Amino acid sequence: MTKPFDEMFDDGHKPRPHYREFNEWLSRQSDSHLALKREEAELIFRRIGITFAVYGDEKGTERTIPFDQVPRIIPAKEWSVLEDGLKQRVKALNMFLHDIYHEEKILKAGLIPKEQIFNNSQYRPEMRFVEVPRNIYAHIAGIDIIRAGAGEYYVLEDNLRVPSGVSYMVENRKMMMRLFPDLFEKHRVAPVEHYPDLLLECLKTAIHSSPNKPNVVVLTPGMYNSAYFEHSYLAQQMGVELVEGKDLFVKNEQVFMRTTQGPQLVDVIYRRVDDDFLDPLALRSDSTLGIPGILNAYRSGNVGIANAIGTGIADDKSIYPYVPSMIEFYLNEKPILQNVPTFQCRKKEDLQYTLANLKDLVVKETHGAGGYGMLIGPVATSEEIENFRKYLTAHPDKYIAQPTLALSTCPTFVEAGIAPRHIDLRPLVLSGKQIKMVQGGLTRVALKEGSLVVNSSQGGGTKDTWVLES
Amino acid sequence: MLSRTADCLYWMARYTERAENTARMLDVAYQTSLMPQPSDLMQESWRKLLNVSLLEKLFETKYTEYNRENILKFMIFDDDNPSSIVSCLNAARVNARIIRGKIPSEVWETQNLSWLDLHKFLPESSAHDPSAFFEWVKYRCHLFRGVVFGTMLSNEALHFMEFGTYLERADNTARILKAKYRFSGEQSQHHVNQHSLLKVEGKTETFDFYHWVSLLRSVSAFEIFRQTYSDQITPERVVELLVFNPQLPRSLTRCIDQLLLIITLLKNNKSKEIERLIGKLKSEFDYSTIDDIYTEGLDQFIQRFLEKINHIADEFSSIFLIPLSA
Repeated sequence: MTKPFDEMFDDGHKPRPHYREFNEWLSRQSDSHLALKREEAELIFRRIGITFAVYGDEKGTERTIPFDQVPRIIPAKEWSVLEDGLKQRVKALNMFLHDIYHEEKILKAGLIPKEQIFNNSQYRPEMRFVEVPRNIYAHIAGIDIIRAGAGEYYVLEDNLRVPSGVSYMVENRKMMMRLFPDLFEKHRVAPVEHYPDLLLECLKTAIHSSPNKPNVVVLTPGMYNSAYFEHSYLAQQMGVELVEGKDLFVKNEQVFMRTTQGPQLVDVIYRRVDDDFLDPLALRSDSTLGIPGILNAYRSGNVGIANAIGTGIADDKSIYPYVPSMIEFYLNEKPILQNVPTFQCRKKEDLQYTLANLKDLVVKETHGAGGYGMLIGPVATSEEIENFRKYLTAHPDKYIAQPTLALSTCPTFVEAGIAPRHIDLRPLVLSGKQIKMVQGGLTRVALKEGSLVVNSSQGGGTKDTWVLES
Repeated sequence: MLSRTADCLYWMARYTERAENTARMLDVAYQTSLMPQPSDLMQESWRKLLNVSLLEKLFETKYTEYNRENILKFMIFDDDNPSSIVSCLNAARVNARIIRGKIPSEVWETQNLSWLDLHKFLPESSAHDPSAFFEWVKYRCHLFRGVVFGTMLSNEALHFMEFGTYLERADNTARILKAKYRFSGEQSQHHVNQHSLLKVEGKTETFDFYHWVSLLRSVSAFEIFRQTYSDQITPERVVELLVFNPQLPRSLTRCIDQLLLIITLLKNNKSKEIERLIGKLKSEFDYSTIDDIYTEGLDQFIQRFLEKINHIADEFSSIFLIPLSA
């Protein structure tokens, strides 16, 4: 593993230009002052209840996600390249989704093997030939970005189903401004708090007919979902209703919500419930989270659903290796952002390479998410590696492998003081009439020394992310 | 507004009110238990306290003896007891959390902070000074109402909370009256018959005096009693005040007046029946006197009242909170 890229300091241990001002500020702060501020942040997060429920914990314990006070700074010039790359990628992914549910041009051109699509459980035959508004499937896309050894950006994965984290992006900014207002006098940081406005604007375009004031709702699995705070937060910020499945019903292929003044028509559903659970009539019959008959209402075009049903096929890790060629195929452009080199274990030679190099690779389940079901070779025990080898040999088509990239590090305030920790970045891309983004994203940080796992479910924290005008 | 949102608002308010009234009732019971009295009498009064809230059975599955320590543990900290103060504050907070996007953040934060601070009181520490704990609960609930009153739009959301508050309060005041009155009535039936406490001699008289004072205090009505009657405390005056005084915030009449007012603000095309139920109850109160209550018997009167309140609550739920179909 090569030496990781440090976001703040160059190889001569000098602060990079965009961190100069901040570094000077940081050097004036004592550890005890920072510790005090960290405690203050924790208290505020608890009081306002920015917490998530831990799965499998019967006592219903709620945890806060640790917030780190050292921001991740991206110079505006670098950001604008990233932004172009992200928009390009999401545009191609939406075109791909439309294509495989209609003409299948990319399959006919032989760029992606047919069985890769049709044998994939994430492909939804129910969506074939369904016309979705503006041909947009992934209205909200969360693209995970990492930075490797020499500082080059890579796309690690695309999240096109129900990506979360954006509430932390906004709340982290608010917290930072509350704890250290003086920092914002010296830095011109691009604002991110208008994300909910952009989201609402985007959602209002997700329906065929254009009612005067479309009734948009946010659909949540309920308060025990780990992202419930975010669902509630976004509904509140957009000024729309937060509903659960049982609040909605379908009549004459239209969706209504139950209100104190009788049924009220619903136009667009921003759903934070997975495909499988949306409609117990058409999808998983044991789902209590969904709305019977909603798939029919959707197919008839009477209700908009964001993201569309069936987007999971495009963010599946087995499809990920093809995204750069999608960009060339649909847009006739060179991809601006690179993929991490990926070995598809379903291919014989890739599997052989993977099995021979397990110690150096990260192996992931193609359908997995949240940092579960993966092997990080360099930090795994030999027993873990041997166990994994068995799964891999038995079901090679379920896995991909990637070289262990030295995720970039950012100084982080930990028990021992300020020390480098690995980070990633999740910006959100909104596709409506145009493709829009706020300048920034959620930076996640692996708080354990040397750890590469940034997921909050596995002890990760978050940082404020600054796109800095120079 | 979503029916489910209305449901959460209503229950958030009800549980907060219940937490407060439970604290009030326990505080009075605790203070009374500190006065010199025969132990069987004391045990009996603890039992009655649970009896009016229909909690005897549950208590007896966990404890053998009706004493101060057990009752306080059961009514303050027991998670298995849905009416314990901890359970009420937790339920209020869970409901608030579900609809946190629909209420002002200060309202949510007040509920959340009450719940977080609650964990600073441990069963051991509050055993030393239960009154301080009850006082804390009361003031947190006062604060909650104040924040609601000071930050919420005067709209449907507020009305659903108000309805829950007054319904719960009507129920609780009636139960407090029942618990305390029955107990005293059995001990000194002749006082009531003779319409005076003066003729009774000795200890019972002093004890009864403190008994009525504590009952009045539990609904913050002791000072009001003095103002209103500036006269001897007699059982029927206490009953008259708590049942009929339209100005006393916790009297039954006041609660019904408020319920009627709020239902006219909330009404929809299915609410005719509940408007009728509340209206009918109000007219019964408007045209009754304390003598009517004694003719019927206070116990039966309160029992009938509780049934009506229950019926109104069921009707309210089925119309506004859980509409079964389109």
